[in-house]
Amino acid sequence: MIAQVNKIVDKLPRVDIPAGWIDAVIQSPQPFFIEPLFTRDPGLITDNHILLAMMALKGIYGEYKVKRLNHGIGFLTSAIELILPTYGEELGLKGECCTHMVLNPHPTMIPAIEAGWVDTIHCFGGELGMEEYVRARSDVFFTGPDGSLRSNRAFAQTAGHYALDMFIGGTLQIDKFGNSSTATANRVAGFGGAPNMGCDPKGRRHVTESWLKCGQEVPNMHDLIGDMPRGKRLVVQGVETFGEARAPSFVDKLDAWKLAENAKLDLPPVMIYGDDVTHIVTEDGIAYLNRAPNMEVRMAAIRAVAGYTDVGMKEDPTETKRLREAKIFQTPEDIGIDRSRANRDLLAARSMRDLVDISGGLYNPPTRFRNW
Amino acid sequence: MALQTIEFEIDGSGTPRRVTAPVHYGVVGSGDLEVLLSASDKAGKLQVKVVTPVKGFEDLWRRVLSHFAAETGLTDARIEINDNNASPAVVALRLRQALAELPA
Repeated sequence: MIAQVNKIVDKLPRVDIPAGWIDAVIQSPQPFFIEPLFTRDPGLITDNHILLAMMALKGIYGEYKVKRLNHGIGFLTSAIELILPTYGEELGLKGECCTHMVLNPHPTMIPAIEAGWVDTIHCFGGELGMEEYVRARSDVFFTGPDGSLRSNRAFAQTAGHYALDMFIGGTLQIDKFGNSSTATANRVAGFGGAPNMGCDPKGRRHVTESWLKCGQEVPNMHDLIGDMPRGKRLVVQGVETFGEARAPSFVDKLDAWKLAENAKLDLPPVMIYGDDVTHIVTEDGIAYLNRAPNMEVRMAAIRAVAGYTDVGMKEDPTETKRLREAKIFQTPEDIGIDRSRANRDLLAARSMRDLVDISGGLYNPPTRFRNW
Repeated sequence: MALQTIEFEIDGSGTPRRVTAPVHYGVVGSGDLEVLLSASDKAGKLQVKVVTPVKGFEDLWRRVLSHFAAETGLTDARIEINDNNASPAVVALRLRQALAELPA
């Protein structure tokens, strides 16, 4: 076990790793820079992120009353966090949703925490700049005797795997069957907690309202376990139909297949398997895949949300109409969302400076985010 | 950056809706666009002109605009779009927002 440290000192403020576990210590020539991985500048959130966030809040959080959840690190989930105190409040979801989170200390959670939405947040790790804020909010975050954050990656992964009611995050590609991956032909990016959170843990036995409702909606549960009731983890993928450089998010075949070939892997690296995904949110609407009785209907629901991609262009309007009636696919209008309200006025904080102000000056953003 | 201009016509369909007063909506910010709607005397047609820095997406523009025309019934009109790398989702959103500006 080799540890690279910024500084070797005589006395530590606290012990995270006992000396007996370490074989060698190297003092680094330059201080190691910790990347602020979970910091998203509210200034970069677009109206489209906000539209998706409104749909997710009303059509999924509110519909299932999701209390225990994990958020991915993209702009969609930042947008959701920033409209909890505005749109979420308006929908009457405070206290009904997002009360318990397994989540890193996302700066964009500050407005919701200050508005009293969240009871507890258990963290995988820390986030640069959030130290003092976390210390001051020990009623929400788990802290140690010295007042600083106590995160636990293994516990957070375990809680995230078994205890969560919902995982929501983005991806690079979703195939026509609903499998998703962030792999491209030459690299794999960001598989952090998604496979653990983004699956339906078969060992789960405890019941929550949202988990039970999601399972009750599965029409072919009888084929699997007869008359025995069972819930299901909500696994939500939120994407714009076209991503960076207008690359389609919905594809016939994932690039993960090419990566498997190039890297001689046994299997294509899939982040979330199609049978675990319960909902897909795009600007076209929400596909409630958990309500689809078979693969044929699942694929039709995916085509309905796939917009102008090649997958989406195969959509049959009469079929989509049937899916809307069966509430397997819903447009923003179907669930009562006014698209013209999807703009940045809905954000509880519109800039990094707003986040600092709302935190009472306790949040200390890294230099590169100090853009005021 | 060299701009390119894409022009095409779409046949009006569904319940016809006409532009009663000119509309300007949106800003040519990064990843965004502006939409100008005006009435035209070409009956049963929707004339489209797109100015964009992005090359090679004519087909996609046609798909987005045709779908918009079919959904809204907009006809006898001219749509001008000044684009700065907006995604199709943003294009569809701004078109709808522009239409919502029309007096009922």
